[in-house]
Amino acid sequence: MNNALDMIEAKVLSGQRLTREDGIALYDSNDLARIGYLADTVRRRISGDYVYYDVNLHINLTNVCIGQCKFCAFGCKATSDRAYSLTKQSVLDRIAKAASDPDMKNLHIVSGLHPDWPYEYYLDIIKTIKHTFPDMHLKGFTGVEIMHFVKISGKSIREVLSELMEAGLETMPGGGAEILDDDLRKKLCPNKATSAEWLEVARTAHKLGMKTNASMLYGHIETVEQRIDHLLTLRNLQDETGGLQTFICFPFEPKNTQLESCIIRTSVWDDLKTMAISRLILDNVHNIKAYWVMLTLPIAMLALGFGANDIDGTVGGEKIMHAAGVSSQKSLTKNSLIAAIKEAGRIPAECDCNFNVVRTF
Amino acid sequence: MNEFLNAQQKARAGRRLSFDEALLLYEKAPILFLAEWARAAKKRHSKNEVYYNINRHINLSNTCTANCPLCAFSVEEGDKNGYILSLANVADIVRKAAREVPGITEIHIVSSLCPNVEFSYYIDVVKTVKSILPQVNIQAFTPVEIVHFAKISGLSIKKVLQLLIEAGLSALPGGGAEILDDAVRKIICPDKATSAEWIDVVRTAHLLKIPTNASILYGHIETIEQRLQHLFTLRDIQDETGGFNAFIPFPFYPHNTKLAQKYKIKPLTAWENLKFIAIARLILDNIAHLKSFWIMLSEEIAQLSLAFGADDLDGTVGEEKIIHAAGAKAGSLMTRTRLSEMITQAGYIPVERDSLYHSVDNFQNQKHL
Ligand code: SF4
Ligand code: SF4
Repeated sequence: MNNALDMIEAKVLSGQRLTREDGIALYDSNDLARIGYLADTVRRRISGDYVYYDVNLHINLTNVCIGQCKFCAFGCKATSDRAYSLTKQSVLDRIAKAASDPDMKNLHIVSGLHPDWPYEYYLDIIKTIKHTFPDMHLKGFTGVEIMHFVKISGKSIREVLSELMEAGLETMPGGGAEILDDDLRKKLCPNKATSAEWLEVARTAHKLGMKTNASMLYGHIETVEQRIDHLLTLRNLQDETGGLQTFICFPFEPKNTQLESCIIRTSVWDDLKTMAISRLILDNVHNIKAYWVMLTLPIAMLALGFGANDIDGTVGGEKIMHAAGVSSQKSLTKNSLIAAIKEAGRIPAECDCNFNVVRTF
Repeated sequence: MNEFLNAQQKARAGRRLSFDEALLLYEKAPILFLAEWARAAKKRHSKNEVYYNINRHINLSNTCTANCPLCAFSVEEGDKNGYILSLANVADIVRKAAREVPGITEIHIVSSLCPNVEFSYYIDVVKTVKSILPQVNIQAFTPVEIVHFAKISGLSIKKVLQLLIEAGLSALPGGGAEILDDAVRKIICPDKATSAEWIDVVRTAHLLKIPTNASILYGHIETIEQRLQHLFTLRDIQDETGGFNAFIPFPFYPHNTKLAQKYKIKPLTAWENLKFIAIARLILDNIAHLKSFWIMLSEEIAQLSLAFGADDLDGTVGEEKIIHAAGAKAGSLMTRTRLSEMITQAGYIPVERDSLYHSVDNFQNQKHL
């Protein structure tokens, strides 16, 4: 076993690309600190000592969703007592309130697939937000939402994306990728974008000059091989387009989902290992994010030692993960993020969604 | 810089570290380097094994004459939340444990320094436990309590220990060490055993062939130097006596303590806790085991600590009041299966042990089931 790790170490140190077998061997190994150290070496080479965070606001326009994905604690039917839909005015009010903090520059908009809202409604929301808050950076709509827009509007992916970009959309978040394997998707999320569709949205966005993130939802029914294949699929996409900005690992939180009774949340051991292996496999992606909302801040901070260079933002207003019962706080102050990054021996760098560093501390 | 390189080489090779070297590493070495070296150190002591034990904790009382500012557990005399267990209560708890915890190997007893209780009570407690569960190990009374017993009974430390051993005591837990530096103790626990007294009890116990654990309470007002010096003090004692079985780091939980109110102390991060476990494993080259107490660290961090040099997850614990009073969040019951899973996932072999680190024959236990 150590032999496999020695060989992988030699490859990593000489900058060679890891194979599918290497990825599986890494998962097989339990030498967590060593895997972490390898990932940390790669992190230093690729993204240096900055750790990115931003001051941001999450807006989830609605939780009414036709998806009914098995792993989702957020989406619900229109008739549910949990159902809500924000009006345009309340969206603007929320932003206005958050914008009283001069550091707040980034909006993160992801939502359920509402059965009744027309595509034009989303276009209008983006236009209005951009018009009212021209300085806000708009990150919005996962590949899954874009495919939904394509279906309800009858337009092509390209048309939808171009129109949204024209309206003011600047980047796309990485959600909805889950595991890009259609057998799994059929079991877990049969009503939403297929692997090919998700990839096509990302590819098209990149061609149009828009950066996107990518993610992986792990710790449900997938195998280690499927995780590695997912990472390799993303690596291939990135080789082709170069448009992936940040990769985010989402551990599956079973609470309040349809899978609650049969799956327990994976371990933090697995979280850190997955973080490190992602950093090692995705040698062409600049940023690996430790999303503290899912990991909790203490573990996100540890993840900074296991390959991550981004800790996400202050995350005002986040609803999706908190619906799944995650125990982290609802939002964090900028200062607590800065303190955590510094204690990990790194340089906090505030950035906009395009990773232009606004300032360091 | 040369010194730093030198220190790194020594840590990697498993050679004994000096105070200055340890300090350099603690302040400068990347956390995962410390982890790798600490894991190698762990392997030298316990190979691929990670231990746990099946025990029950009993806290006899919470009314305390010391009222240490660091403590979230104790109450003053006369407080309506104060309690002391009668011998009948103790007997009930032990009988319940005997019924409900098949294969239990340890009863673990630590308590406050309760006023108006005579030393004979504690001897009777030990005898009571022994009479119900003659085969279990009784790990009881921190050195701080032993010093207290000596005071209330007028007996010597040695005599106190001898009487308890006769009654059935098998080992002392390592609590109450806090930071063995009287300048620090004056602030965090002025009214309990001094450093010299704590050390005296441990030495005497070791001479009487009673093993103890050693511990630290860190992350309050102590400096990094004081924190590390404490480990060197323990290492010196161990060179002399060889009687420490395990070292247990206790991170300070500020919640509900007077100390934290006065000094505005923030809880330690997981980062700091894991780093400290690693440096402790490296410094304490002569103590066989390093216990990370899952109930204090949380299950997740306790599991991670296995990658940072820890080799013991303690036990399944019922009724741990002291730590929960200070706001630790982990639930208080753990199962054998869960502990084994945590250990296996970390790539180690789970070994059930008794208080003295003898492995327990699991098949034997099956028969009790
Ligand atoms: S994961 Fe997204 S698409 Fe699926 S049910 Fe939840 S909100 Fe809807
Ligand atoms: S730490 Fe021990 S001696 Fe001090 S107040 Fe608490 S129970 Fe009493």
